[in-house]
Amino acid sequence: MSARDPDELTIPPDGRPMAEQPQWRQDFPIDVPQDQYVARREFTKFMVLTSFAFVAGQAWILAKTLLGRRSMTPAQAVTRFDAVPVGGSLQFDFPAPGQPKLLVRLDERTVVAFDQRCTHLSCPVLPQVDQGRFHCPCHQGNFDIATGRPLSGPPRRPLPRVELEIRDGVVWAVGITERTS
Amino acid sequence: MSGWREAPGRRRFSRDQRLRILAGIVSFVVLIVVLQLWLFTATMNAYLGGEFGVALPAAVVSLVCLLLNLGLLRYVYRLER
Repeated sequence: MSARDPDELTIPPDGRPMAEQPQWRQDFPIDVPQDQYVARREFTKFMVLTSFAFVAGQAWILAKTLLGRRSMTPAQAVTRFDAVPVGGSLQFDFPAPGQPKLLVRLDERTVVAFDQRCTHLSCPVLPQVDQGRFHCPCHQGNFDIATGRPLSGPPRRPLPRVELEIRDGVVWAVGITERTS
Repeated sequence: MSGWREAPGRRRFSRDQRLRILAGIVSFVVLIVVLQLWLFTATMNAYLGGEFGVALPAAVVSLVCLLLNLGLLRYVYRLER
């Protein structure tokens, strides 16, 4: 005695009997509901794998956060204050080689320094002091030259600010302040 | 032999019912993954902006989402028994 599961019947997508189906479907019958079920199940598995990937990413950020807190930035002499003319700029690496920063002298008394990497996709920004901005030529992003905040274009976060101190006429970089707004 | 070929009397739901249940589960799983995506981008933005306080709670919440997804996937496999 063989009990046949009614669920195992092949059901074409349009619901009509197999005899009314095109010849190719009769020759190559597909169990459409089961096919849909397996496809959804496999998609669910893929989504769970994606979910795991996000957890791995979060763990990576957490690890970077915990490790990054331990490192202190040593102070570094950048240049003499009067070596940079008003409206002039100077590129320097801080706190390590390969991490370019830009120092700009805004007026007789004010110097500012920011990370040179655009917060959009890390292209180097260029100082345009006469227009009061840092300009990123890659995607036409602009940052305020005095505050580093984004003015226009794709960037949403301000440029990380280099904390400066002037000791005996020498400009020292003493730290970096990253901001979200 | 895969589970769906077993004797019909042992299954709690018909195949049509299982298909609909699975569609609901997929919806929940996608919703949770989208939440994780949003959480990840927000955490990355905070990390790059120097705000380190959100990393731990965001990681915990993301882990809870994963566990929820694993629970739903386990339920999918139990449906087939």
